[in-house]
Amino acid sequence: MKKNMTRSLRLWVQNTLPMENLLPDSMPAYVDSYVYLFGILTVAALVWLIITGTVLAIFGPQWWHVSPIGHFFNSMHFWSVQAFFFFMVLHLWAQFMMAAWRGGRHWTWIGGWLLFLVSIVAGLTGYLSQNNFDSQWIGVQGKDAINSTGVGGFFNILNFGQMYGLHIFVLPMVIIVLLAIHLMLVRMHGVVEPLPNGKEEVDDGEKVAE
Amino acid sequence: MARKWRNNNADFPQKPYDLIHEMLVALGIMGALVLVLAAVFSTADVPALTAQQVARQDPKLLLQNALDDLSGQDAISTYGPPYNNSGTAQSIAGFSPAQMAGVQIPINSAKVNVLDPLNKVAKVDTSLQSPLQTWSKATVKQRSAWVNQIESALNHATLQHGVLVVPAASPDGYGPLPTMLNAYLGLARSGLLESAIDGGSGPMPATNRTESLLLLQDVPDAQYANQLDMSGNQWGIIKETGNYPGAVWLWFYTLLYQIPPFVNSSSADLEVVLTTGLVTILLVLTPFIPGLRSLPKVFGIYKLIWRRWYRTTTKKGRGHA
Repeated sequence: MKKNMTRSLRLWVQNTLPMENLLPDSMPAYVDSYVYLFGILTVAALVWLIITGTVLAIFGPQWWHVSPIGHFFNSMHFWSVQAFFFFMVLHLWAQFMMAAWRGGRHWTWIGGWLLFLVSIVAGLTGYLSQNNFDSQWIGVQGKDAINSTGVGGFFNILNFGQMYGLHIFVLPMVIIVLLAIHLMLVRMHGVVEPLPNGKEEVDDGEKVAE
Repeated sequence: MARKWRNNNADFPQKPYDLIHEMLVALGIMGALVLVLAAVFSTADVPALTAQQVARQDPKLLLQNALDDLSGQDAISTYGPPYNNSGTAQSIAGFSPAQMAGVQIPINSAKVNVLDPLNKVAKVDTSLQSPLQTWSKATVKQRSAWVNQIESALNHATLQHGVLVVPAASPDGYGPLPTMLNAYLGLARSGLLESAIDGGSGPMPATNRTESLLLLQDVPDAQYANQLDMSGNQWGIIKETGNYPGAVWLWFYTLLYQIPPFVNSSSADLEVVLTTGLVTILLVLTPFIPGLRSLPKVFGIYKLIWRRWYRTTTKKGRGHA
């Protein structure tokens, strides 16, 4: 048959991520701990960030300074950020403690770290977009670290327009794309099985891929 | 190409699982949590520090700021890249990315912060034109002498009805500075100093306020932050105004600034960033690093996480479907 990109993609998806793995209605019995909720709680916080952030963006960056309702939406956005990072860090520690990179899942681990790092930049641009003393102080202090790396001319945290644009569009898009890949990888590989119980040797040369 | 991994979840005993239901429950819990936190704690909104506020509360500080700008002794004039080449960029063993990047946002503090705004005022108050011309025609040595004279006198100067009154000058005099500084103070008190500074920087000054933010970035901002317990050696970036949390997740990064060898280093920023970057790279590459990737087994927290599973399975191997 003549090479067909659409057919190749369909066969790849069918082979790599069949529907029963993408949307399973059962889970291995070992997926039975509250620890497994940290990831979905992080995603839930992100959803609320996007909802509250969209409202803030619709009314403009001045709105929340002058309107009590705007201030309330800003408060929700702020606490969504705190919840987002709180559960993300718990999720990261839990995955570390479970050595969740085993069985070929190293890209899930690396992708998760990329998400964390991009989220940090998203959080920074958010703090910078506030237009109050917090953003002023964070800006004039943070500039020294960024300038020392040589990127201060390109990523100028004192440039409100640039930081606001990155915060409300570019970085959310990057996070959403990375998250989609991260979730796809989780569903493709399945949830990592438990570590063998009992005393094991330290650094037994366990292979990354089985 | 043969795949190196296999989704083996189906090999294990199963429990019913509703992904969508779990997502909706998580959304509900998170929504409730965020609503309650916002309702109970709200969020801080301390207004930005303005030149107007400094002119009102500590006018001599603003004037000292202006004198530093005029004499090229302010922190930005001696900063180095990306603002100018008059300072030493941070480096480690000769490696200086800031130096390599060069001057990207050229700033001449005297011109940007003082002279250009005053030239705008001179279009309204033409009596300012002559002092500004006197300044621009003076030699560097003469300007320094005027600045030094008035700086020495600043401690004994008073403000009478908003006008700076300095003690009688020595024979060298203060030159045009008293008139210039009074006009500067007036511009600051009007609230227009920041827009006068940013107005010359490009077609969209309202969206890029780099220059006016750098105006107060040294002593004025630092004093204000100190009053709000936000200095580096207080909470640093992990605290916002009031008692609100800042970027708590950057605790490691901000902690490094407070400990040796970073705390007293002139290249602390570069060193902290590179150290944090190195630690991050190690963590990102954990799956490939022997020893590091075995720490989960050493810590043993996994035994708590999977304790129910371990109870229900035999010692040897795992339960199979």
